[in-house]
Amino acid sequence: MSGFGRAGSVALQGLVGVPVQIEVHSAPGLPRVHVVGLPDRAVQQAQHRTWSAIARAGLEAPSGKVVINLTPASLPKAGTHFDLAMAIAVLRATGAVPADDGMTALLGELGLDGRLRPVAGTLPLARAAAAGGASRLVVPSASVDEASLVEGLRVQGAASLAHAAALLGAELDPEPVDAVEGPPPVERAHADLDLADVVGNREALDALEAAAAGAHHLLMIGPPGAGKTMLAMRLPGILPPMPTAAALEVASLRSLSGEPVPSTLETLPPFEHPHHSATAVSLIGGGSGVIRPGAAARATNGVLFLDEAPEFPRAVLDMLRQPLESGTITIHRAAGVASFPARFQLLLAANPCPCGRFGSGDCGCPPQQRRRYMARLSGPLLDRVDLQVRVDRVAPGLDEGPRRSSAEVAARVAEARGRATHRLAGTGWTAMGHVPGPWLRRHVPLERTILELLETAVQRGALTMRGMDRALRVAWTLADLDAVASPTRAHIGRALAFRKGIPA
Amino acid sequence: MRPKDRLGLDGEAVASVHLERQGMRILDRRWRCAHGELDIVAEDRGTTVFVEVKTRRGLAYGHPFEAITEAKVRRLRLLAGLWLEARGRRGPIRMDAVGVLARREGAWRVEHLRGIA
Repeated sequence: MSGFGRAGSVALQGLVGVPVQIEVHSAPGLPRVHVVGLPDRAVQQAQHRTWSAIARAGLEAPSGKVVINLTPASLPKAGTHFDLAMAIAVLRATGAVPADDGMTALLGELGLDGRLRPVAGTLPLARAAAAGGASRLVVPSASVDEASLVEGLRVQGAASLAHAAALLGAELDPEPVDAVEGPPPVERAHADLDLADVVGNREALDALEAAAAGAHHLLMIGPPGAGKTMLAMRLPGILPPMPTAAALEVASLRSLSGEPVPSTLETLPPFEHPHHSATAVSLIGGGSGVIRPGAAARATNGVLFLDEAPEFPRAVLDMLRQPLESGTITIHRAAGVASFPARFQLLLAANPCPCGRFGSGDCGCPPQQRRRYMARLSGPLLDRVDLQVRVDRVAPGLDEGPRRSSAEVAARVAEARGRATHRLAGTGWTAMGHVPGPWLRRHVPLERTILELLETAVQRGALTMRGMDRALRVAWTLADLDAVASPTRAHIGRALAFRKGIPA
Repeated sequence: MRPKDRLGLDGEAVASVHLERQGMRILDRRWRCAHGELDIVAEDRGTTVFVEVKTRRGLAYGHPFEAITEAKVRRLRLLAGLWLEARGRRGPIRMDAVGVLARREGAWRVEHLRGIA
């Protein structure tokens, strides 16, 4: 007897989803299952999981020749989340489950015991399903919270294939089973850290505050143990909390990396700190089959911290130039092209020399070696870093003055961002660090007497035009932090001081 | 003779009867050569039909047809060519599969698939 069944699901390329229809045709013939429509290995193997799960559900799979087609057939399909839709389409071909209503998408991996297992990327998959016109989504029980973050979608959880079949109208009494649990929640090491823990280092704190207020990229140079990492980890805590759209984007990227997503969106900006042995793929993203986001993409709307930046392979560092320029990462693989957002704030930390003691003790590095060490940070990369600051070890017992708490700094940062956002209304930029120099010079010009400070520095050869633009951006941010309408001579002076040492 | 071979022979006999009832004429049974054995060769209105018979005592090890793998179908094609050559026969050919399920009380269930390859 021949039969036909259909079920809806979603395929992902990066964060972008494409609705996928799964068609099943069963016909008399030798028992064979053909999966067509560019399946990868995981999708090919779905037939074995599907057939076992159908048997465990107490249902019967078709006995003859079965063709499973994943349309659009020209799009490569990867991953195990098609299992449920394949199984349901098969059960529709046998008549065990009523026909598809065309409004329901199905997601989930099947175990041989018939239970549904959560899959990586549930959130972006659910968003893609909703964008593709689905109004109802059936997911593994453990994924209900995550999928429910998407608006306009009725999300139903199922513990097993039998449960899912019953939800979709099959006449059967599913056996109760223990739902498969998702991975444990991830603790964020940078949550609950307070700036008040930092002793001394006023200048570094000022730089961090300015970096937060203007979303400027920042380079910290200092000997080991000066507190560079300590400062870096406290940056997300003083950044403005992410708005819903940004938080959803971050949660989607985490979901793609296989992290569980809690039912309330995290608004603390992400903090990614890849080790300097990182490869290009781990930083940018990639992989065969499913293309996964790298650290730079996961740092979107947050901070990418590169500790010991000169120790990173130069080729890996230069990979960051595309995302710094365009805010996106595009990865080309045989399996397709994936794009990820990558609008991160870059935070670099470096020792002043290979031994780390230059400027604060008996450094044994010859000047040439020192120069070569810093030169590993390529010009084009440093070009994008508006702020540079020296972080020094604090002598014990030093009177450090009042400490600043993260809460009070965050309040100042939020106010400064507010001023910048107001000034940039209608441009698409939200912080001074994003604004190119020509726009600044044309649309918010400064008084002659103030600009002269910068122009003489350029004429003296102490500053390039590009360096001048960087100083200008920082000066605006410092003015925003001081709640004044436009930068004064003092702001320009401080902005220039924040740049000393950056090769201009 | 081992019980499993006995079962196979009985299955082939049942299959032959089934095919004859369908109006087919049995040309050969258990034809062997160096490359293997053909279970049944029959003639169906001018078409030479090579039939692979699978007999099972129950479904515990799967449906009889599940035992007909891609490799077995390939060998069936090879043997078909050899048989035609040996008998000097020409004309259209077809491959069929017959699944025979032996029930306890001497009842048999026969399934016949036409044109499997």
